[in-house]
Amino acid sequence: MIKKEMIAMLLAGGQGSRLGVLTQKVAKPAVSFGAKYRIIDFPLSNCINSGVDTVGVLTQYQPLRLNTHIGIGIPWDLDRNNGGVTILPPYENIKGSDWYSGTANAIYQNIDYMKEFDPDYVLILSGDHIYKMDYEMLLDYHKANNADVTIAVMQVPIQEAKRFGIVVTDETGRITEFQEKPEEPKSDLASMGIYIFKADLLFQALEELKDVPGCDFGKHVIPYAHEKGKRIFAYEFNGYWKDVGTLQSYWEANMELIDIVPEFNLYEEFWKIYTKQDTLCPQYVGNNAVIERSLVTKGTEIYGTVKNSVIGSGVTIEEGAEVYDSIVMEGTVIGAGSKLYKSIVAENTVIGRNCEIGIGEYRENAVDSRVYCSDLAVIGEKTVIPYGTKIGKNTAVWGVTTASDYQDGMLPGGGYLVKAGEES
Amino acid sequence: MKALGIILAGGGSKRMKELSNLRAVSAMPIAGSYRAIDFTLSNMSNSHIQRVGVLTQFNSVSLNEHLNSSKWWDFGRKQGGLFVFSPTITSQHSDWYRGTADSLYQNLNFLYRSHEPYVIITSGDGVYKMDYNRVIEYHIEKKADITVVCTNLCEDEDISRFGVVHTAEDGRITELEEKPVDSSSRFVSCGIYVIRRRLLIEMLEECAAEERYDIVRDIIIRYRKHKRIYAYNFESYWSNISSVESYYKTNMDFLKSEIRNYFKGAPEIYSKVYDNPPAKYNPGAEVKNSLISGGCIINGKVENSILFDNAYVGDGAVVRNSIVLGDVYIGDNATVENCIIESRSTLENNSRYIGSPEEIKVVVEILGEYSL
Repeated sequence: MIKKEMIAMLLAGGQGSRLGVLTQKVAKPAVSFGAKYRIIDFPLSNCINSGVDTVGVLTQYQPLRLNTHIGIGIPWDLDRNNGGVTILPPYENIKGSDWYSGTANAIYQNIDYMKEFDPDYVLILSGDHIYKMDYEMLLDYHKANNADVTIAVMQVPIQEAKRFGIVVTDETGRITEFQEKPEEPKSDLASMGIYIFKADLLFQALEELKDVPGCDFGKHVIPYAHEKGKRIFAYEFNGYWKDVGTLQSYWEANMELIDIVPEFNLYEEFWKIYTKQDTLCPQYVGNNAVIERSLVTKGTEIYGTVKNSVIGSGVTIEEGAEVYDSIVMEGTVIGAGSKLYKSIVAENTVIGRNCEIGIGEYRENAVDSRVYCSDLAVIGEKTVIPYGTKIGKNTAVWGVTTASDYQDGMLPGGGYLVKAGEES
Repeated sequence: MKALGIILAGGGSKRMKELSNLRAVSAMPIAGSYRAIDFTLSNMSNSHIQRVGVLTQFNSVSLNEHLNSSKWWDFGRKQGGLFVFSPTITSQHSDWYRGTADSLYQNLNFLYRSHEPYVIITSGDGVYKMDYNRVIEYHIEKKADITVVCTNLCEDEDISRFGVVHTAEDGRITELEEKPVDSSSRFVSCGIYVIRRRLLIEMLEECAAEERYDIVRDIIIRYRKHKRIYAYNFESYWSNISSVESYYKTNMDFLKSEIRNYFKGAPEIYSKVYDNPPAKYNPGAEVKNSLISGGCIINGKVENSILFDNAYVGDGAVVRNSIVLGDVYIGDNATVENCIIESRSTLENNSRYIGSPEEIKVVVEILGEYSL
């Protein structure tokens, strides 16, 4: 094996439970984003654009969609003879089998993979953020400081700082103190969950902490390095970065792409985002279609009205259908005369004719008010919604539903109707 | 595998006007997503033909760029693969390809070193979907020496670009008129042939010895009485794009849902995919009956048109009945009607480009890179 200066380990095993029915069957990194992408495309494209050509992707929760999406890495030019992308699922060994119990534990279980490349540095990434970052600059910063660990951080509004892991730095950028979700934050620099380690230090820490249950970078590995007096630096990132961990933030991040000159610009020639895509016909826009302020990708057929929306590939929006402020994912059909307001509709769903979704008053969700706490109507993948159904705000629907599932043809605001997948 | 594929993609076409100044006909963009050669390449791949040679000559840079990796059509494998042959100077010869038969003869080693019993020869400028195995089965059933795929040309096509075929009852070709001014028949050759590899080698060597260089004239027409040459009637959509009129019409055909869906369905047509973001519709965008590709940004009006990748349509601009190739910038309040806009053109603000349905205007306005 050829030595690599830096390899990346991409954590993609998380469920992303606060995305509700969107992540019942797919891991969060494989959720669609921005019409044609999936969330993991952003860190993977960052890797190849930064010259990092060896990426281990750690999967665990519902990996099928993720595995088929990544394949052998062709879309990102990560199909390599040496390195490239490798999917690293949990495995069985002579002593039994262990699931990945924490971020650092997952990396520990793949220590042999990392050692094969004899890297000087290991980059730890997570697969659920939307951003463009040059990891090479991060590495240069790491080297210039002769750091043992470098953590990418960004400024957050001080009142929100208590939701994050906060770092306190001295004037050279060296981190002096960590605060995990502090009540009284001493700084406004939040960790982005992106780390560069000197490989030796990482391996040593993982070995020593291997028996810690649920071993985690933020909770265990970084404090371990800090206690040993290692040189830990903060790299301040000033670009666009979005954690799309909640339905509301996921919807917002999609909508931000529609702005005339969006803060996060996908149209720049420099730093392209790559994704797996089929050869599809371009989108067809019918005679009576109206499309305004929207992103629409290939293979769609639009005959109705689309405003302020993000439409994925192969979607059909039939004659007279109206879609406002919504996200519609791959392969979904919106029936003639249906109206969607502020909805998220996942893949391969069929919305019958003359439905109205996202109407009425906001009401607290009956089942899970932690996940469903906005006025979004969320429809899971492969759902069928029958003719003329009305669905209120802050609702979730998943599965093949028939008219008998709706009282008076209506799921009121705050309703929760899940017929698919017993595990939910 | 039964057959080896050969794609004749070397020709230029005067009938393409300025459009072929920059590229081979086989590299012409089609329907916002494809290049002409993708159709035959995908047909080969979907017919499980694994070893394919592409013969290029005229303006081959554009085509070679498109074929820089064979993985998009699934030819990137150890068994078989995609082979591109441009004319080359060797100790034996130092000529350009002097004709279709000559281009094959100059690459005779490719035929010698293959093992497949049959060869399917196609051209890179047809838009169609075909299972070549059906043709080979017909070829075997008829005990034919050569099978020529033919189709009934639709009424509004100019017959003088085609080879008109006359057949006996059983399908054997009795006469072939090459590019007639007028003809009693509209049954034309699609330029797709099936022949046994050994026989092809034999005939090519004979032709070369007599200094004959053309497949149609020197093999099909010359041997029509001597060899069993059959016509295979292809009844689905087929279109040849090598004139401005037919190129325009073929693209516009994709605005019809039945044709779009025919090509969308399985088996798929593959192409090299570019990483363009989704198309963006800004306030003021008004799009009707059009195909819009990735990376387009639309601020104005688009009607009955096809926009290829990364077109920018400025505020108040109007595009009607037109084909806009890749990376075109259409300035604010510009008007484009019945035109084909060459890729990388920049149309200035308030400019007007008007063609007519009878005479489609080809617009080339390449000033340099535009910036958004």
